[in-house]
Amino acid sequence: MNFDFSDDQKMLKEQVKRFLEDKSSLDKVRKVLESDADYDEALWKGLCELGVAGAAIPEEYGGLGLGALELCVVAEELGRAVAPVPFSSSIYLAAEAIRLFGNEDQKNKWLPKLASGELIGTLAAAEGVQAPSPKNLKVTFKNGKLSGEKLPVADGNIAGVAVVLCHADGHAALALVDLSAAEVERAPVTTIDPTRGHARIDFKDAPAELLGDPAEGWANYRRVEAGAAVLFAFEQVGGAEASMNMAKNYALDRYAFGRQIGSYQAIKHKIADMYVKLELARSNCYYGAMVLSDEAHDLELAAATARVAATEAYRFASQENIQVHGGIGFTWEANPQFHYRRSKLLALVLGSAARWKERLVAELERINAA
Amino acid sequence: MDFNDTPEEAKFRSEVRAWLEANAKPKDSSKARAGRSTKSEQERLERAREWQAKKAEAGYAAITWPKEYGGLGGSSIHSVIYSQEESHFDVPGGFYEIGLGMCIPTMLAWATEEQKQRYVKPALYGEEIWCQLFSEPAAGSDVAGLRTKCERDGDDWIINGQKVWTSGAHFCDYGIIVTRSDPNVPKHKGLTFFFIDMKSPGIEVRPIRQITGEANFNEVFFTDVRVPDSQRLGDVGQGWKVALTTLMNERLAIGQGSGVDHAELLQLARDTELETGPAIQDASVRANLADWYVQSQGLKYTKFRTLTALSKGQQPGAESSIGKIVSGPKMQDLASFGMDMQGQGGILQDAELSPLNAAFQNQWFGGAGYRIAGGTDEILRNIVSEQVLGLPQDIRVDKTVPYNELPRGK
Repeated sequence: MNFDFSDDQKMLKEQVKRFLEDKSSLDKVRKVLESDADYDEALWKGLCELGVAGAAIPEEYGGLGLGALELCVVAEELGRAVAPVPFSSSIYLAAEAIRLFGNEDQKNKWLPKLASGELIGTLAAAEGVQAPSPKNLKVTFKNGKLSGEKLPVADGNIAGVAVVLCHADGHAALALVDLSAAEVERAPVTTIDPTRGHARIDFKDAPAELLGDPAEGWANYRRVEAGAAVLFAFEQVGGAEASMNMAKNYALDRYAFGRQIGSYQAIKHKIADMYVKLELARSNCYYGAMVLSDEAHDLELAAATARVAATEAYRFASQENIQVHGGIGFTWEANPQFHYRRSKLLALVLGSAARWKERLVAELERINAA
Repeated sequence: MDFNDTPEEAKFRSEVRAWLEANAKPKDSSKARAGRSTKSEQERLERAREWQAKKAEAGYAAITWPKEYGGLGGSSIHSVIYSQEESHFDVPGGFYEIGLGMCIPTMLAWATEEQKQRYVKPALYGEEIWCQLFSEPAAGSDVAGLRTKCERDGDDWIINGQKVWTSGAHFCDYGIIVTRSDPNVPKHKGLTFFFIDMKSPGIEVRPIRQITGEANFNEVFFTDVRVPDSQRLGDVGQGWKVALTTLMNERLAIGQGSGVDHAELLQLARDTELETGPAIQDASVRANLADWYVQSQGLKYTKFRTLTALSKGQQPGAESSIGKIVSGPKMQDLASFGMDMQGQGGILQDAELSPLNAAFQNQWFGGAGYRIAGGTDEILRNIVSEQVLGLPQDIRVDKTVPYNELPRGK
């Protein structure tokens, strides 16, 4: 039984953790929250110089050629730090979509730039206040042009390339678009978590090309989502642990009725419950990481399991962290807000927990029918 | 990352499997999981005793114990591998777990060499069965608040009082007991620990009928029961320290819940029609099914993390403490949900009429007990928050006050 990360992977995790503690304290994150910036550009550059953006991109395309497990440990630390960087959009989503489904030209063109971080990528799937499905997509690919509106697009204001879920010849398909084209209009939108910039993007017959076989477009999109779900789950675990520790430290420092509030079972059992949900999520994430790394067949089920567990762990820890803090936790000056915002952002980034529970059960049914 | 054995573990596993194949029958998977044995307790005990002797002979009855006491001198991972392999075979259980899991380890830690030579081997071979006498009607989670008293009388002690929740007391030969020797000092300081002959005059065992209707436990009454001082474990007044040795082993001995889980619920949902259509198409059924699947998988992979630590020769991390907190409520809630799915017929508890031999109904009762036995949900949360997370203990009003001055209920 060797169900753990390797010593090298743990070392990488520790290195990224120390880097983020140094460069991305919550004071720094607050600066992004309180400015119009979409991200912390210096932090992003620093991370790229560490090489972690290219960790899972093959060496022939300018990456380090490591694997999903390395990406998982990085993700956990990004989540812990609530890092205001476009890492997930660019790496878990855009680079992974291109790596998995791009042709040789597309991979050669985009992956080295994404690996080095000189270009930011993103995935544009949502079209407003509903879940995207093959039936309701309005953004259309036709004759090498893309038209229609995507909203919200994470990092849409700063990305140079987007993988776009669209409608093409009666299929849901993935298309690649250079966002610097004149036929692309974008504008910032207000979200619950301004530490991660989001945009509305209007494609006005923007030049685009298909990514992967359009007949398999929806399946390919779901494959990209499943892989990203594991990585986002690690971010959620990192964030959940940070929230739990914040609650614990406050419960040790704060006195009420003559004693530490952490000595009341109402508080300490709540924090114990954070721990229980966190460990269940972490264990499910480990399995997700193993399956993702092995490119094993049951990724859909493992990813949904990790995502459902991690979403719940982060939801609970971040919201109850505010509760443990009491009134101060509801103020702008206090730090619980960062995790409250980020937990809901991550809970919805690939669609809600309800959607992933449905994917999970559909997969259980499929496996048990076979 | 992988689930593979090390070469040494693989070798041990194949030895164990070969031995089991030669000595036991593989489980018949067609037998219903929740079906109750129709054999009498005496018949089951005979079968268990035979199996225990066979296991002891092969060295598998106590894998982690030193060889000089009949163990295998193996590590925890060997013990886990044996259990994993044994779980594929139809072997009797239910009589020796407490004795070998809690009582004898306490004897190994505290008894004299002569006593170990006398008692360990017969227990290991299943010739003598042991029980644990800690809980009392007024001392459950707060076991150190126990009232059963012992008084010195020459070379003996006289025990008077009542114990409760004693599994198997009616067929046990020996027991370990913690008693109050001094009520004038704070409660943890006035306890003294013994092992006793359960056939001693003055011991009366009465079965307790549980909420399930079954009687798996007993209450045990002590009236002027005489115990030689030579059967004292630890010093006079040191009983709490000895008891902690036992309790440390308790959660290992209690083990994990079993019974209906997400797979059975999925099957039930497929087989059941609701007013709105097949249950499996109902959104709330699907969402709940997903939640319990996620919990089960989380527990399974948490165990794998613990095994990984053991396999590497490390101490398992604190994550191993979450198992019972999660599995207890899950047992109860999942069973309750399955009964709801059965509609008005969910109240039936009849092996002929209820799905899976009434496994959901049986577990609905059983889960209520599982959440209490061997550490309640609440005590376990105290343990996690205090011992894992480093949060403060509750304010204690009973630590410095003499026992006989503590307020008490009826």
